[in-house]
Amino acid sequence: MLGLTRKTKVSTGASLPVLAGLAAAAVFLLIGCLSSDTFAQQTVAGLSQGAIYGSLALALVLIYRATEVINFAQGEMAMATTYIAYQLTLWHVTYWLAFFLTIVIAFVLGVVVYGVLIRPVQHRSVIALVIVTVGMFILIDGLVTWKWGADLKFMAAPFGNQVYHAGGVAFSRQDLGVLLISILSVILLWVLFQFTKLGLAMRAAALRPAAAALVGVRVDWMLAVGWGLAAVLGAVAGLMTEPYVFLQPSMMQAILLYSFAAAVLGGLESPAGAVIGGLALGVFLNLFGQYAPRDIGSSELRLPVAFALLLVILLFKPTGLFGRKQVRRV
Amino acid sequence: MSALLELENVDARYGPVQALHGVSLRVAEGEIAAVLGANGAGKTTTLRAISGTVRRSGTVTFAGRPLRGGPDAVARRGIAHVPEGRGTFAELTVWENLRLGAHTRRAEKDDFARMQQYFPWLETRRSQQAGTLSGGEQQMLALARAFMQRPRLLLLDEPSLGLAPLLVTEIFRIIRELNEREGLAVLVVEQNAHIALQLAQTAYVLEVGRVALSGPSAELREHESIRRSYLGY
Amino acid sequence: MTRGLATRLTAIGIVVAIVVLLGFTMTDYHRGLGARVGIYFIAILGLNILIGYTGQISIGHGAFMAIGGYTTAIMSNYHHTNLIATLPLAFAITFVCGVLVGIPSLRFRGVYLALATFALAVSVPQLPLKWSKWTGGSNGIRTHTTPGNTWLYEVTWACVGLAFVGAWLILRGRTGRAFRSIRDSEIAAASSGVSLPIYKTLAFGISAAFAGVAGSLFVLVTNGFAQPNEFGVTLSLQILIGAAVAGLGSLYGTIVGALFVGLLPELSSSAPLIGSSHGQDVVFGAIVILVMLLLPNGVAGLLHAIDSRVKSAIKSDPTAS
Repeated sequence: MLGLTRKTKVSTGASLPVLAGLAAAAVFLLIGCLSSDTFAQQTVAGLSQGAIYGSLALALVLIYRATEVINFAQGEMAMATTYIAYQLTLWHVTYWLAFFLTIVIAFVLGVVVYGVLIRPVQHRSVIALVIVTVGMFILIDGLVTWKWGADLKFMAAPFGNQVYHAGGVAFSRQDLGVLLISILSVILLWVLFQFTKLGLAMRAAALRPAAAALVGVRVDWMLAVGWGLAAVLGAVAGLMTEPYVFLQPSMMQAILLYSFAAAVLGGLESPAGAVIGGLALGVFLNLFGQYAPRDIGSSELRLPVAFALLLVILLFKPTGLFGRKQVRRV
Repeated sequence: MSALLELENVDARYGPVQALHGVSLRVAEGEIAAVLGANGAGKTTTLRAISGTVRRSGTVTFAGRPLRGGPDAVARRGIAHVPEGRGTFAELTVWENLRLGAHTRRAEKDDFARMQQYFPWLETRRSQQAGTLSGGEQQMLALARAFMQRPRLLLLDEPSLGLAPLLVTEIFRIIRELNEREGLAVLVVEQNAHIALQLAQTAYVLEVGRVALSGPSAELREHESIRRSYLGY
Repeated sequence: MTRGLATRLTAIGIVVAIVVLLGFTMTDYHRGLGARVGIYFIAILGLNILIGYTGQISIGHGAFMAIGGYTTAIMSNYHHTNLIATLPLAFAITFVCGVLVGIPSLRFRGVYLALATFALAVSVPQLPLKWSKWTGGSNGIRTHTTPGNTWLYEVTWACVGLAFVGAWLILRGRTGRAFRSIRDSEIAAASSGVSLPIYKTLAFGISAAFAGVAGSLFVLVTNGFAQPNEFGVTLSLQILIGAAVAGLGSLYGTIVGALFVGLLPELSSSAPLIGSSHGQDVVFGAIVILVMLLLPNGVAGLLHAIDSRVKSAIKSDPTAS
């Protein structure tokens, strides 16, 4: 509480080489899409997968910025809220109404989790905080399996199964819908943070809690809202994942791992980085799986490849693509 | 004049170390009071004890009611604290810093208009990242931000620190203006005793966490030990 | 002999006596459990050296256990190597792997290091699936001989003893001081002449080596099978939980941590509260959370708190000598 200066420098993380690289990648993708149908299909599918990774990664970054902890339970929370949506549809609530109700419930759950489990330990031990989230992971997994069982369940497809054709390329309505909803939720969040009083207060509370308190910001409440919003993003990610892998307790586990990679790739303190990291990872993995030589492009190595990419990027930029350089003062 | 802020027998500690011992002081409505002393005397701790940033015992009364709670509660009561290091958000823009100052307020537009009377140049730097401002500009920004809170009492921690003499004069001129035109009470902590005693009506001298001397600045200026220790003659 | 040393030796003597006594009186099944506790102890000890003494966070020790485990399984399966002989081999190989991991890790800090090691925890267990010709793929590979629970209990706890003594020797000397100085302030340590790269990678190597031996024993305890899904993320997280419960920077809390991770899943599966097989997860998860809320600094923190309470009570008592 007493120290008001942080160790990081003021510069933003977006450096010229990174932006230039991303621009070059975008151009490359465009050319590829125009010249090959398969390429285009894999890119679109990769983008929608990547949008899911990006939303969950954004949730991770929100929480990391606010409370400096990696929430290992983010995926399980997302999974649990998806099961709640499922239960609502079993009670004859229509899909989209269930969607919105679930979002509200997720928000409340996020706030409660912060208040009950995180706040007490927040300032005492970093490791303890990490373990609390690990404990939550195990607990939630157990609770969901106990209540609904481990067998596969299905929800009504939110976007239908239509396939559109444009110039020989097949785009599924589902991929486009997932992409749209994910990007929409990210944009709404961005608007909240940039243009509203609440958003500004939240940013201030995450950046410099002591200074924020001095202007009257209730820092604890801001952090709670942060957790609530992260849970909302998780709920959206879970609901967008369900059409692809259907409902089972382990549905978000692999996605969480990819989202970790995406979040770190983008730089843990950068929301934009998380989203871009997610999209980039999704596209990269799809294209890699399609075009890499047989034995390293196989699906078993998808996860190790994602992390290999992460490690390579970290070796060049230890704080991720958009992460700020950490200046350590003595 | 009734006391706007009153500290009675306040102790403060950082863990096992006690930094303040039975400090009592008062700031009247619309008054400027100064807290002087050497490094480590407890000046900053006094302000922290008021804004609830450090654990304290004893009584602190503000506008007739006990002042309790952490910094955000104190801010909502109408006290603006510009701390050591200024408390500016270096990563945010000048405008965002000012908007944050108005966090507890409803009618932001009026606050902005009023603030611009005293800090007109800030308009031209709206979108500049606060961390890229010069030292003097950041101090002005901190002051402007505090004023956006429309407080009844301003707590200033060493506003002259690290600034060139010309800038120091300018800052203190603005503080005096805010005090005279807005009726803003000020409690300023300073190592620059000379300029602090010129600005303030009352002063308190701290030594090792205790109030060693207090009284009207005019008297203190002539006091033998003050002249020797702090004014250099 | 100082009073402190005498108390410590007595405590250790008591523990040794308990271990031996239990070894004779427990059922065979429980001896298997006892061996598991010992295995966790060694792994947690290793992780504690890394996190608690040099402040480098790793969530990837399951990967090192996998390497050690597969070393034992492969050597035994293909070359019929004596099981005990595979242990020093696993130790050496994982030490080298740990150092190799430690070198690039010098670039990462804090949470980035944690996630980079997490990447290892996720990826390394997948690799045997790729080279299934030699590693048996998802079915795993089995050791040539499968030892009984009594043998396992004895060997494991002998290793525990060696590990404990080894850790104690390393940590009390110059190396230990160097480690601690790095944890407290890397910049101060470096300016005092402590070579950061050497000590940090050394810590990684030692820590990994301990995990490697634990991994070998782990394979032996699970019927000699080395399988990819046994060394997954869950294992790395369990060791981390054990280290957190133990509390960092203390050798004595480690036994509690090992008991916690080794026994609690067993105990919670018989919890009357929920009853189904997933009741175990609910209870275990809930207890982990509860323990962390109550003891954020683990058992070590609790011991430290008790210790300082006792010390201040003695100080304020004028009649104490």
